[in-house]
Amino acid sequence: MNFDLSDDQKMLAEQANKLLAEVSTPDRLRQLIDEKADYDQVLWQNLAELGFLGAAIPEEFGGIGMSAMELAVVAEEVGRYNAAIPFVSSVVQAAKIIELAGTQKQKETWLPRIASGEIIATLSTHEGAGDMQSPPLPQCRLDSNGLSGKKLPVADGHYAHLAVVTCQHQGKLALALVDLTQDGIQKTQLSSFDELRPFAQLSFDQTPAELLELDDCDSQQALYKTLNYAAAIIALEQIGGTETCLYMARDYSLERQIFGRKLGSYQAIKHKLAQVYVKLEIARSNAMYATWCLANNASDTGEAIAVSRLSALDAFETAARENLQVHGGIGYTFEANCHFYYRRERLLAGLLGGKSLWSDKLINAVKAA
Amino acid sequence: MDFNDTPDEAAFRSEVSQWLMQNAPEFTITADTKEQEFVAKAKAWQAKKAEAGYAGIRLPKDVGGRAGSEMESILFDTEEGKYELPLGPVVGIGQSMAIPVIRKHGTEDQLKRFAEPTLKGDITWCQLFSEPAAGSDLAGLRTKAVKDGDEWVVNGQKVWSSWAHHADWGILLARTDPTVAKHKGLTFFLIDMKSPGIDIRPIRQISGESDFNETFMTDVRIPDKYRIGEVGEGWACAMTVLTSERLSSAELKESESVDYLIELAAQTPGDRGTALDNDCVRERLAYWYSLEQGQKNFHLRMLTKLSQGSGPGAEASLLKLVYAQRLQQSAGFGMEIQGLSGLATSPSDHAAEEMQKTYIWSTAMRVAGGADEVLLNQIAERVLGMPGEMRGDKNIPFNELA
Repeated sequence: MNFDLSDDQKMLAEQANKLLAEVSTPDRLRQLIDEKADYDQVLWQNLAELGFLGAAIPEEFGGIGMSAMELAVVAEEVGRYNAAIPFVSSVVQAAKIIELAGTQKQKETWLPRIASGEIIATLSTHEGAGDMQSPPLPQCRLDSNGLSGKKLPVADGHYAHLAVVTCQHQGKLALALVDLTQDGIQKTQLSSFDELRPFAQLSFDQTPAELLELDDCDSQQALYKTLNYAAAIIALEQIGGTETCLYMARDYSLERQIFGRKLGSYQAIKHKLAQVYVKLEIARSNAMYATWCLANNASDTGEAIAVSRLSALDAFETAARENLQVHGGIGYTFEANCHFYYRRERLLAGLLGGKSLWSDKLINAVKAA
Repeated sequence: MDFNDTPDEAAFRSEVSQWLMQNAPEFTITADTKEQEFVAKAKAWQAKKAEAGYAGIRLPKDVGGRAGSEMESILFDTEEGKYELPLGPVVGIGQSMAIPVIRKHGTEDQLKRFAEPTLKGDITWCQLFSEPAAGSDLAGLRTKAVKDGDEWVVNGQKVWSSWAHHADWGILLARTDPTVAKHKGLTFFLIDMKSPGIDIRPIRQISGESDFNETFMTDVRIPDKYRIGEVGEGWACAMTVLTSERLSSAELKESESVDYLIELAAQTPGDRGTALDNDCVRERLAYWYSLEQGQKNFHLRMLTKLSQGSGPGAEASLLKLVYAQRLQQSAGFGMEIQGLSGLATSPSDHAAEEMQKTYIWSTAMRVAGGADEVLLNQIAERVLGMPGEMRGDKNIPFNELA
């Protein structure tokens, strides 16, 4: 048994860390918000040049062909610096579902372009409110006239080039591949809680689209696998964010003087941060195990991912809130850096469903085992 | 990262599992095993392991160990845990506390005298550290040892000494110099529990059992040759003991696991079918399940660190912290979902009885081996580098403290 990253994985983390630390600074994030930028194009370009976007895309489709563990290593750095990029949409979710459910031709057409960063893709599953494990059949419909219906919120939907959209086709759940650069798609940007991760509403009206269908591939299965895969990777993004919050709070508590001593010398603060540390390490241990299961097709992968998701949600939620709390009033200002993570935490929780949903999934998995 | 056995690990595991299959069954115990029989069997099982070279796997060969790796020790414990064997403090204290401290701070002669008999189960040990007025603040202990020729004369009272009534020897921390600051005036001894002047009284615990004792010492004489380390080196010795205790993970009892609780909920009637059909129940169980898995996975990470040669630091404190708190919460909840039957049990209702026992026992777990609050301080100070507590006793001689 060996429960540690390999030297290559550590090197990968170092490279990603170096790039993100340099480019995705807090001031840069503030600038992107002020400019209402869709995403950080400079960072995206840099990540593409270093091959990070294709890390987990198979070599035959233009990627590097590494495993989920390597992608998770990169995701942790993305989370650490609260990067403003469509990483989850394009590289994690869209790429995975095309890989799982696409035909050889669809994969050959799209995956290399996602890997190189030439196009940005997204996965669209939502049609309004609700946090559901088994949502009803989508209203959005694909038939011989094309794709019709409304999807919202769609992550990065107003500027992405390509979307995989859940829809109904012949009375069953299906996955439609839509070129978003074509005319006739109505795109409305929504007001996003995380200002660095935009969302849109997309309305299709007999829009040309094709089915994503590998022979014998069940769309429900492909979707389930993709969302599980994303949960395992995003757990590391959450952990990166948690760690930043913990040490941001710790550093501030050692600087700030209060009643003639360091804020961090009070047991109320020490215990608060020690508890965040505990949640962080529990989450990290579970996430490492889950990505290993994923990369090795272990029999308990589903359970391990649900466990990992729950602990990552718990860790980041606590860290983001208590980091702002420890900062006091300054934490409520735009100049301080707490708010980036306070918002991002909610985004990552909402993105794949919260604690109730994953608790349910976990208990089902344990009972089935 | 790889959770599978390496070829060497797999070979060792299979060797161990075969040996256990042949030897373990005759030593197994049941819930009805009486205390005397438990102790006798525990010693006999220890002797059996020693004979086969499985006692003290990590210890060097010259003291009767196997000179094996950390991982081999873990593999053995895992396989051994598959049988209901008489393990626990009666033999555990010797191996996880006495031998390490003698090895690190004692002399060659002392190691020779005690290591092998301890590994063979011929000598059992108890720990004489805590006192009524010195728990988390252990260095505030008052038991005195005064030098008299070649001997030390010990007077004082110790508490929470597990299994002291069965122990042959004790590891004792006593004050030898009250005129210096409290950590500096302590010395470490090995004490023969059959010495005149030792009075062991069982403590009636809230569980109804008496695993722990009070140990009174009145003019007990300890030959100087049983002093471990230098006079005044006692605190360092105690730290060695407590560090080796930190990572020795007790195998989780089945009834303490969240799996057990999930199964129990699935069998307990509820408003919508079973208790497990209630979403609030599911959410809480799922949370504890994720903590339990996290604790297991974190433990494996620490073991990897150990096998790479970097010892676990203060971060290992989180293992017991997470475990004990979760245990109290989940056992209390396990009682609750059963309604009144969780409180008033019929003789056949083992599950409810287990929940009650665990709920009581968890209170001891939250205090023993570092109270929750002490562990949080350790994490804050030693892992996160935050300031130590303001203290009222720093650099003040013990006998001048209020």
